[in-house]
Amino acid sequence: MSEIFTKDIQKTDRIPFLVDHLYAKMPEIEADRAVLITESYKATEGQPIILRRARAFAHILENLPITIRPRELVVGSNSIAPRGCQVFPEYSYEWLQAEFDTVATRSADPFYISEETKAKLNEVYPYWKGKTTSELATSYMSEEALTAIEHNMFTVGNYFYNGIGHLTVDYGKVLAIGYKGIIAEAKAALEKLELSDADYASRSSFLNAVIISCEAVINYADRYATLAKQEAANEADALRREELLKIAQNCANVPRYGAKSFYEACQSFWFIQMLLQVESSGHSISPGRFDQYMYPYFKKDLDEGKITREFAQELVDCIWVKFNDLNKVRDAASAEGFAGYSLFQNLIAGGQDIHGKDATNDVSYMCMNATIHVNLPMPSFSVRIWNGTPHEFIIRAAEVTRTGVGLPAYYNDEVIIPQLLSRGLTLQDARDYNIIGCVEPQTPHKTDGWHDAAFFNMCRPLEMVFSNGVDKGVQIGPKTGEVSSFDTFDKFYDAYKAQMNYFIKLLVNADNSIDMAHATLCPLPFQSCMVDDCIGRGKSLQEGGAIYNFTGPQGFGIANMADGLMAVKTLVYDKKLVSITELKEALDNNYGKDLDAQTAEKLTCQIAAKLQGEGKTLTADDVKAIYVTVSHNPLDENKKKRFDDILNMINELPKFGNDIPEIDAFARDVAYTYTRPLESFKNPRGGMYQAGLYPVSANVPLGAQTGATPDGRLAYTPVADGVSPAAGRDIKGPTAAANSVSRLDHFIASNGTLFNMKFHPSALAGQSGLESFAALVQGYFDQKGSHMQFNVVSRETLRDAQKNPEKYKSLVVRVAGYSALFTTLSRSLQEDIINRTEQGGF
Amino acid sequence: MTDSLLNVKGRIFDIQRFSTHDGPGIRTIVFLKGCALRCRWCCNPESQSFDIETMMQNGKPKIMGKDVTVGEVMDEVLQDRPYYRRSGGGLTLSGGESLLQPEFAVTLLKAAKENGINTAIETTGFANIDTIRQFLPYIDTVLMDIKHINSEKHKEFTSQPNERILENARIIASEANKLIIRVPVIPTFNDTVAEIADIAAFAAGLPRVDEIHLLPYHSMGRDKYTGLGRDYLMGDLKSPTNELVAVLIQTAEKYGLKAHIGG
Repeated sequence: MSEIFTKDIQKTDRIPFLVDHLYAKMPEIEADRAVLITESYKATEGQPIILRRARAFAHILENLPITIRPRELVVGSNSIAPRGCQVFPEYSYEWLQAEFDTVATRSADPFYISEETKAKLNEVYPYWKGKTTSELATSYMSEEALTAIEHNMFTVGNYFYNGIGHLTVDYGKVLAIGYKGIIAEAKAALEKLELSDADYASRSSFLNAVIISCEAVINYADRYATLAKQEAANEADALRREELLKIAQNCANVPRYGAKSFYEACQSFWFIQMLLQVESSGHSISPGRFDQYMYPYFKKDLDEGKITREFAQELVDCIWVKFNDLNKVRDAASAEGFAGYSLFQNLIAGGQDIHGKDATNDVSYMCMNATIHVNLPMPSFSVRIWNGTPHEFIIRAAEVTRTGVGLPAYYNDEVIIPQLLSRGLTLQDARDYNIIGCVEPQTPHKTDGWHDAAFFNMCRPLEMVFSNGVDKGVQIGPKTGEVSSFDTFDKFYDAYKAQMNYFIKLLVNADNSIDMAHATLCPLPFQSCMVDDCIGRGKSLQEGGAIYNFTGPQGFGIANMADGLMAVKTLVYDKKLVSITELKEALDNNYGKDLDAQTAEKLTCQIAAKLQGEGKTLTADDVKAIYVTVSHNPLDENKKKRFDDILNMINELPKFGNDIPEIDAFARDVAYTYTRPLESFKNPRGGMYQAGLYPVSANVPLGAQTGATPDGRLAYTPVADGVSPAAGRDIKGPTAAANSVSRLDHFIASNGTLFNMKFHPSALAGQSGLESFAALVQGYFDQKGSHMQFNVVSRETLRDAQKNPEKYKSLVVRVAGYSALFTTLSRSLQEDIINRTEQGGF
Repeated sequence: MTDSLLNVKGRIFDIQRFSTHDGPGIRTIVFLKGCALRCRWCCNPESQSFDIETMMQNGKPKIMGKDVTVGEVMDEVLQDRPYYRRSGGGLTLSGGESLLQPEFAVTLLKAAKENGINTAIETTGFANIDTIRQFLPYIDTVLMDIKHINSEKHKEFTSQPNERILENARIIASEANKLIIRVPVIPTFNDTVAEIADIAAFAAGLPRVDEIHLLPYHSMGRDKYTGLGRDYLMGDLKSPTNELVAVLIQTAEKYGLKAHIGG
């Protein structure tokens, strides 16, 4: 057995101090970057866009206010306010301007914005009119795609409003050779160019842009070195003075040069990580295999006696805190889809090296410790599991899960490596994968994956089957025929596939338009210089500089569609218990159910806002009348009774998630209606489309735009999450649910699948709890599932489960000597368990 | 396994997957119906009668008990094979008392062994020793209750005296692959240091037995009695305190046994 980094290393008192400082106030929006980029753009009009981007980046880094937060060891913040954010008008700005007065009070991810900031932003915004990627993308999109977006068939808002992000750059290379080294590479490439080359202009511009960007970063670190020195001079506390002098020295050395110590590597890493998020607003800038590229520096220092394990752990803990210092303001709708201020900086430990040997090391365990010590949402911590994973590694991961932090996510090498091979990666590149953002696999620093390209709601095309392509009075989809004309299930299912195919094409049209807009207006020289083979090809990532190019839009609602189409097949066509027109009527009337108060209120607000937007004035009575109309369903008793019967018949049918092979095979086929057509499309960077099956948190807001579905899901309620069974429908326990999910084709969904399972910490109690948990993950992975994550639920969730037992039918809790489904327990026992959680004991 | 064996029928009232507390690893528990004891604290009163019964659960009538074949049960048991393989888990027969349906239970255990699955049985040990001997070759772990050393008190609380149980325990200990003694710790019945010490002394005296599990009383079964239209004889009895259980664990450990709370 090799020596592993033991869990006995405690966090220092610095860590809670840093966390408290970070979370003392609501995060704030700052205007500096917006002002600086506008100044620069005004000064560089007419120049090649790639050089304008580089010069703007340099201008920002020269002037962006900098700060060292109290007691920090690793420095670099892109805002003065803790957890503050900059804004990026080159992508879009109108939404923020429109939300100035609500952004601080909205429910999802509020941000404070001062009057002064608003004024500064109002001053620069007029310059950007007609110059943003979102405006250019809109102009590229087809009318049909714009209509489909307007009707909530899918959303491409992520890259429409923001930068792309979603990549892992070559951290290891910068740690090794510094930006001086990269500049030297760019200069060497420049020298190789012939002045007569056909693409001399574009290549030389790109390489010069790289040099400008890297120099800007070196100068930025120098500003920190100077600041640290100044602060040291004014520092009364001798210990802190030493720390500041060390910081000054670090920032003078890195990332200018290669790192000479673990501490320098940590500082260098952090500058790369944060500055990628100054250049562009794209999120999911994922550090990837941190344990692999950091380990050599740790090992060398440890062997030479230059570092203690305790101090190394403290440095890693400090980086973990810093991940949470970065922030991003999104539009209100996107904020709901990505709720939780998350930047999805995915960092992964463990797994195989490029030769297929296990690569777990001390730093892998330090990452686990840091996740427990810091206990914050960032980084999105992941682990790679394969048949050669050391047992203590997965057990330690299970311990992290048990803390309730919702991390790590577990990934299966045995699925993801072949998955990537099937997409054209080399074996070594496939083995070196890491995860981007939520669940998306890519090989680092060679890929422009566009992993989060859209949310596609698979329930909406089914609504179009029932309406013959009409939504809110508009013909937005193909005329697949009156639903009453389908006399066989196959005809019905074919109509669904036709609707799917049509809207998938429109999604591709929209994504490719946005892709073009980024290439035209926002090529990014800094991130490109750390991805192969941009320097070699002399072009940015956005123009196709990466070795591997993909576009990965994600679909969700599989469980609803599998259960729903099965209900149509069984009740309408096989058993003929319900006619298709009856079912349509039941769906149109939400099975005769009134909307709950909250949904009715929301709908009322939407309708009222729309009417006001159309110039109508509404009185309080008008709004009340709208509320009464939407919240109450005035049906006669007979109809109500029949709709109730239909809903009961549907609810009685066997559902996906209960280990019933026939149902699961059907679900697999239904998923193909999304994953297969996508494979045939290409993006402007020369890469292919690949499907993901995961919703982030969009299954809730997009479910709120979806009427009742034939699986018995009521109107405007959440759609099923990822590849997981619909909430509360899997009632045979975790192994049965996992078996069902494993029967989907995880290989074709190479942009990632997401399987979420809920546990109470008590179910993981003791060593045997951890062992069983690890066996559950590995048993699922043996059956070729690709990802699994665990929501170890809190007391609040248990309270909610008492109020809404139907949503939590599959929640496992440990009772006395055994585990049970929470909702089946008596009220008094539930109380008992909740009280036990309150004490935090298990 | 031949079709005739797969068609052997038995009566069960539940199958519970992903159980992690009744034998090693992740297990599937098959609950057989019918028991010879009537323990007052029994948390599965629907297990006691061999008859199929109706029990009210959350306001709805639910039929407790159904007749199934070995093949049907094994189909469900085998669905979790990937998890048994990873965890060393498998099939646990519980009840009720599986010793009362020997043909069905032994065939199930054989089928599990043929499929390379770990087997365990939770039992009162209250049966003819010849019947028990039919089971032993196919069981990896026997989890057997010793509830009280005093036979009169045993009879008062469980409806049966304990002589045969204690005698069977000695034989099972020497002939089974592994025997673990389990003690339901019931206030008013056996939750004193002296009573647990007696049981621990007996367990420690059994050949090859080195492990004892104390299962503290809980009132989980209360609603089921109501659902069956029966009186719950334990009233408002509280679970033993953590402090008391800790003391009882120490008591058992004094006899050289590995003692755990729960399974």
